[in-house]
Amino acid sequence: MILTKEQQAILDGSEGEVKAKVMKTLVMYGDTFEADKLVPVTSKYNHLVTSFGLKMMTPVFELMQKLIDAGAISEQQFSVDPRPLDPKVPANFLQKFIFKNFMYSTQESYEQQLKQLGLMDENAFTCACYLDEVGNKPGKGDVLSWAESSAVVYANSVLGARCNRNSGIMDIMGSIAGYVPHFGLLTDEGRRASWIVKVNTTKKPEAQLLGSAIGMKVMEDVPFIEGLDAWLGEELTDEACAYLKDFGAATASNGAVGLYHIENLTPEAKEQGRALIKENAKVYVIDDAELERVQANYPVIWKNPDAAPKLCFVGCPHLSMKQLIDWTEKVEKGLEASGNKKVLIPTVFTTPPAVKAEFEKTEYAARLEKTGVILSSICPLMYMNNPLCAKMPVITCSNKLRTYTTSRYYTEEEILYKITEGGKKA
Amino acid sequence: MKEFKGRVVAPGTVTAPALVSHGGLNTLASFQKALQFGDKKATCGDQNNPDLYGKEMVGKALCLPMTIGSTTGGLVLYCACAMKRQPACLLFSEHIDSLAAAGSVLASVWLDEVSMPVIDCLGKDFLDYVKDGMSITVKDDGTVVVE
Repeated sequence: MILTKEQQAILDGSEGEVKAKVMKTLVMYGDTFEADKLVPVTSKYNHLVTSFGLKMMTPVFELMQKLIDAGAISEQQFSVDPRPLDPKVPANFLQKFIFKNFMYSTQESYEQQLKQLGLMDENAFTCACYLDEVGNKPGKGDVLSWAESSAVVYANSVLGARCNRNSGIMDIMGSIAGYVPHFGLLTDEGRRASWIVKVNTTKKPEAQLLGSAIGMKVMEDVPFIEGLDAWLGEELTDEACAYLKDFGAATASNGAVGLYHIENLTPEAKEQGRALIKENAKVYVIDDAELERVQANYPVIWKNPDAAPKLCFVGCPHLSMKQLIDWTEKVEKGLEASGNKKVLIPTVFTTPPAVKAEFEKTEYAARLEKTGVILSSICPLMYMNNPLCAKMPVITCSNKLRTYTTSRYYTEEEILYKITEGGKKA
Repeated sequence: MKEFKGRVVAPGTVTAPALVSHGGLNTLASFQKALQFGDKKATCGDQNNPDLYGKEMVGKALCLPMTIGSTTGGLVLYCACAMKRQPACLLFSEHIDSLAAAGSVLASVWLDEVSMPVIDCLGKDFLDYVKDGMSITVKDDGTVVVE
């Protein structure tokens, strides 16, 4: 890799030992991928994946403290993934005790570290930082040093920014140095598709099921998806963006997708069309039967597969304003159809703090509250990852949450029926 | 006995029993439970990986195509190394992915006394040949001996 004089000087220690190690980390990382150079990070804000004061991450906190103590702080502020705790989310006494005193005992001190490192504001805790209300929305062509797989795939695919699937810690290293290695999804060639996915379904495919199928098939490759524009249209409306947010999160968590192109819809597919497809690209055809096969193959790891669900999470990744309004209306209709007054399973909808604040200014907030649904900005994944919650029969329409926890996946229609017993039984 | 030649990502030599994943290793899903709850053998917790689920990963020569999933992957691997619950080595049939590379680089730059040789580009034949429990020897030049 060819470094500029300034980059080489930092590597040689001109700005201290810790900053030299930051630069060494980026150079070694880039060398692994035959990166030719380091390029400047151009986005206004960064986004970090590590939001949780999880005790197992003590080595990470120690590293963060080394950076703070050495004054190796980024000029960029950042948003960060959701907090792992919210007293409004149902938990029994023992669970609350263990969360606060054992699992997340370092949450407060870690949040202090985040403030010292450049947290945007007190409420910048969400995986969906690119939503308008949150304000961390990079522009087309911006070079990012982000982590959080669902945010990276959205920024690349829907916004046309350029970011590799950086790991946590590597995200802040790039931001501190102000440079990231030039390889992979930062290059034109790395953004071309090696898979053609043909969507031949008879109805609009469930976003998180389609994303799961594609992620498991293409893994880290870039897919060019045909036929989805028939269901989503050719404009990036709020509805289409919400769909792509959930779809992308599933491709990234069930596989390792960092960028997808939707024919006639996403920015690069609109500009370059099929020229984005590499020669000899592989083909994956998805029809109704394929989606049924994928869903049927998800393992059920509940001790009692027939247990009654004790909790339901909707919103991994966090829900947009449009999704919150749509879900409110759907839950109301479901309850009306069944004659029930409140949801039958404790249900938590999760959304960014900034969206929550805006939603609470609308009439929908009171309507949602009336249904018994709890609105939170928690990270369901972090809530679930402990032996006590892992034993609970939790249901979700998030394929990301299913992948990382013991929760059981159902389509949105199935979830709606389970929590209201109204509408069509799926 | 068969030899495979790969690219050295993190140098070192080691001999260890093989543990093989034919699908991608989801680092967060695989390690989180073990790191959080003191499982010194790092039993794999990834329900989607039938090759590894429920198997101990510490001290094994982990043979895999790539890592997948959450971008916490690299820091999880870094924590596993810091807590000495890492595999004996990572042997990738394909080019290493960005998350595993990050974990490997972070461990080499920021931790003292960590040894986890990482070799990639060993080829599809490597994963077709190696089976759980076979003896793996990793040499300095990226040669991997399977017997």
